[in-house]
Amino acid sequence: MHFGPHLLLAALEGLVTSAVLALTALGLSLVFGVMRIVNVAHGEFFMLGAVLAWAISTAISGHPAIGFVAALVIAPLMVGLVAFFAEWLVLRRLNYNPESTIVATIGMLYIIQQLALTFYGPEARPVEPPFSYRILLPWFGYSGYKLSVVAASAILLVLTWLVLTRTRIGLIMRATQYDRETAQAFGIPVERVYAGVFAIGAMLAAIAAVLIVPISQAHYLMGQDPLLLSFIVVIIGGLGSLRGTVVAAILIGLSDGIISMFFSPTLAKIIATLVVAMVLVFRPQGLFGTTQR
Amino acid sequence: MKDVSLAKTYALHIGIIALLFVLNFVLPDYHQGLFARIMTLAVFAMGYNLLFGYVGLLSLGHAMFFSAGLYGAGLTVYHLGWGVPEAFVAGVACGALLALVIGLLALRTSGVAFMIVTMMFAQVFYLLILYFAAWTGGDQGLVIQQTSRALNFGSTSFDLTNPTVRYMSALALFSVVLFITLAVVRSRFGRVLVAIRENEERTRMLGYDTVANKLAAVVLSGTICAAPGAAYALLFGYIGSSFASVQYSILPLLWVLLGGAATTLGPLIGTLFMYYVTDITSGFTSAYLLIVGVALILLVLFAPKGILGSIRQRWLGWLP
Repeated sequence: MHFGPHLLLAALEGLVTSAVLALTALGLSLVFGVMRIVNVAHGEFFMLGAVLAWAISTAISGHPAIGFVAALVIAPLMVGLVAFFAEWLVLRRLNYNPESTIVATIGMLYIIQQLALTFYGPEARPVEPPFSYRILLPWFGYSGYKLSVVAASAILLVLTWLVLTRTRIGLIMRATQYDRETAQAFGIPVERVYAGVFAIGAMLAAIAAVLIVPISQAHYLMGQDPLLLSFIVVIIGGLGSLRGTVVAAILIGLSDGIISMFFSPTLAKIIATLVVAMVLVFRPQGLFGTTQR
Repeated sequence: MKDVSLAKTYALHIGIIALLFVLNFVLPDYHQGLFARIMTLAVFAMGYNLLFGYVGLLSLGHAMFFSAGLYGAGLTVYHLGWGVPEAFVAGVACGALLALVIGLLALRTSGVAFMIVTMMFAQVFYLLILYFAAWTGGDQGLVIQQTSRALNFGSTSFDLTNPTVRYMSALALFSVVLFITLAVVRSRFGRVLVAIRENEERTRMLGYDTVANKLAAVVLSGTICAAPGAAYALLFGYIGSSFASVQYSILPLLWVLLGGAATTLGPLIGTLFMYYVTDITSGFTSAYLLIVGVALILLVLFAPKGILGSIRQRWLGWLP
């Protein structure tokens, strides 16, 4: 293959990464923005989504598409429920103190990871894609499923944007994000909003995981990389900025895909992490964010 | 009153060290080895406590300082054939230098950003160890031979692989750092650090250079954390990338929270407690991380002051 098609392939792979990353990071960004807490267990909600997707799709016999669609609906709901209870049992009692919640979510990370290892095991297991259509390009064939992941992610992002900007629920969420006390004074049930946002954030990660699991297998340690990359995306994109999150996800996904195709993946991660740490040090509001009050 | 508490404090600390000294001759072999490891790692927790407990800076990247000491000492022995004292100094120097650089960068941020920045720098450090696997051994790690782990004083030679020598070396390191910590927290500098934790704005208003004080605390904390890293490489003869992973940044936080943040003996109690809980439960289950996770959540919910912190609050107000 020549350089051009090679680059195209790298860009396509990067685009798939970007699509999944944008959804995961959006979940983290929502929780970060509205609740002002850092959810270190976010990557584990992602992993839980993938593992549940495997469990559901193997439990349902018949055409793989049936199992996949069932997983796409059920797995995020279950993850959302887990997140809801975690919020209710732990985070609420900590009064959303930033430092305590970080320690508590680290605890959740370990618990979820260990439970996945105990009940799911250390193996990586695949989920069959709902369809296996290949798009033939002049230089190589490319999986149609991968492109449909990009499309699905784009639709979900637009939906989230519509909910946030055009509906009453979105208005309530933005009001809570802007000023918690005033929102409460206007009769907004802030605690319920927080529980809902935490659950929705986890569900977005779970949906992203279900979408990616036919491409990369489900494994109990798969939550680590998405967590770090989501942090990177949220920081570069700027807090609470949906546009920034999407742009940063595409930027990181594409550069990750291209750098790791031509150089070592470890080097790609080192450069990305270092750049982001420097962005945080010298430009804490992110590249697209506005200064927080 | 103050003199009484000072005498009590010194009596308590010397008593603990004397107790640990006696334990060397009483404990069975297995527990003797475990205690040497616990004392070494308790020093790591003490270095962490200095920053987290007294200054209130929560770092999620202290594994990089520990492993800077670990690799600084281990690699100079392994590749350059340095002796034990030089290697130890090299390890501690690496930690101090790294802490200075990280402190200068990370202290530009605060709060949540500080945690994430430290975590990311530690991740870069971890990935660098994997990237230069040709020298560091990557995730396989390196084993330092017994012959290069001997401490020579003139004609007498101490073999650091001998259980008693190893125990006493760990105890010596532990005692030195314990008294350094005690001296620091009782000093003017230590009181400024606590003032920064309680109210940074007000401390600055009173004319203290808070940034310089925080930087000094980061460097001191990083240096202390590098010392047990260097000691670990020399005493236990193994260096590996897992010591630089994020888990080893979180463990000292857990030990300090459990034992009691901002107490001089809390890190030892936390490390001891956690090691034995893990040791006992590993007889029933391999789900060791589950215990860590549950312990973290229960601690932060019900006992944010830790074991010694709660004791101090209830009964012994004079505990340092």
